[in-house]
Amino acid sequence: MASGRRPEHMAPPEMFYNQEEAKKYSQNSRMMEIQSQMSERAVELLNLPEGQACFLLDVGCGSGLSGDFLSEEGHVWVGVDISTAMLDVALDREVEGDLVLGDMGQGMPFKAGTFDGCISISALQWLCNADKKSHSPPRRLHVFFSSLYSSLSRGGRAVFQLYPENSEQLELITSQAMRAGFSGGMVVDYPNSSKAKKFFLCLFAGASGVLPKGLGGEASDRNVPDQVQFSGQRTRFKNLKGRSLKKGKDWILDKKERRRRQGREVRADTKYTARQRRPRF
Amino acid sequence: MKLLTHNMLTSHVKGVTKGYPLLIKATEVKVNEVEFNSQFVSRMIPKLEWSALVQAAEGLGHLEDLSAELVADYENNEEFLKKVHKVLLEVEVVEGSLQCPESGREFPISRGVPNMLLNEDEV
Repeated sequence: MASGRRPEHMAPPEMFYNQEEAKKYSQNSRMMEIQSQMSERAVELLNLPEGQACFLLDVGCGSGLSGDFLSEEGHVWVGVDISTAMLDVALDREVEGDLVLGDMGQGMPFKAGTFDGCISISALQWLCNADKKSHSPPRRLHVFFSSLYSSLSRGGRAVFQLYPENSEQLELITSQAMRAGFSGGMVVDYPNSSKAKKFFLCLFAGASGVLPKGLGGEASDRNVPDQVQFSGQRTRFKNLKGRSLKKGKDWILDKKERRRRQGREVRADTKYTARQRRPRF
Repeated sequence: MKLLTHNMLTSHVKGVTKGYPLLIKATEVKVNEVEFNSQFVSRMIPKLEWSALVQAAEGLGHLEDLSAELVADYENNEEFLKKVHKVLLEVEVVEGSLQCPESGREFPISRGVPNMLLNEDEV
């Protein structure tokens, strides 16, 4: 990816994802690895019934990297993408899902209650930019979400991994999704790491569900002794800036907490943590 | 494009009320081998528009003795499910087009991929 610059500011998706760019999705192992991980997390958030093959929609399926993961899990899927170059790569890779050339902003061309669920990896942000004079992003988002809502069976979920540009964009996306009838919200993994941070928009069609927790968040499953937990809380309460002033035990515990949230490996807190060492140290 | 996908596709052109089912005009059809999953087929049957499936399969010459009416108690009829599996997931339209029953507008199919992109005036 071009460093710093957002792809959707450079060209419309059907032009950005030309043959050259599409080749990266079948050759660049790092890109493929990331896409695969995000697909796995998205399917996890879909919370499909165990051991059941489902009929799923992959929006912005591209070269079929996410679709491959769906096939591996035993699901049958249909992918929609706007780029012929990317779909050609998917065909060459002989993906198992059916592919449809389509523009998500023009609506999903499927009859009501078709799919058990929907995933979308790194595609939704493309809808937020007007690539043609006739485009109105809010309208396109509305057309997309309302047609998607009807094409999902009741109780189905849609999980979107996306790269929001700013909070206004997120606001626009979620408000259009709610207007279309969806409930749900954002799940953020590793919120404190700029590198690892990932956004997943989880939408429920019909029965409302409990929003899953993001990874690397404050309530992650770690066994922290009560004492340490308490002292952390007290410090934050005392300091308006939210940071400990002295480089004492509290500051050290806070720092370790921060690093855990970033998803790094941190030694467990014991009674020896932040203990005063002898001057020889 | 498999017949399972075809059974779900509709025309989403503005102003069209009856854009389903799309009429298949195939110039090249292929039959693949796909692993049989009886539970999946059984779960999909209630979602299908049965008459549309029969019509599409017949048009392609792959009816496979499927009756015009849906058989009752199909969940346990393994033989029936296998026939449905073949028609739904193994028969594939590679080249051709899909025609809207109301407007006559055609969506071309190339390399098995139907082109559902709409023009400015159809959105």
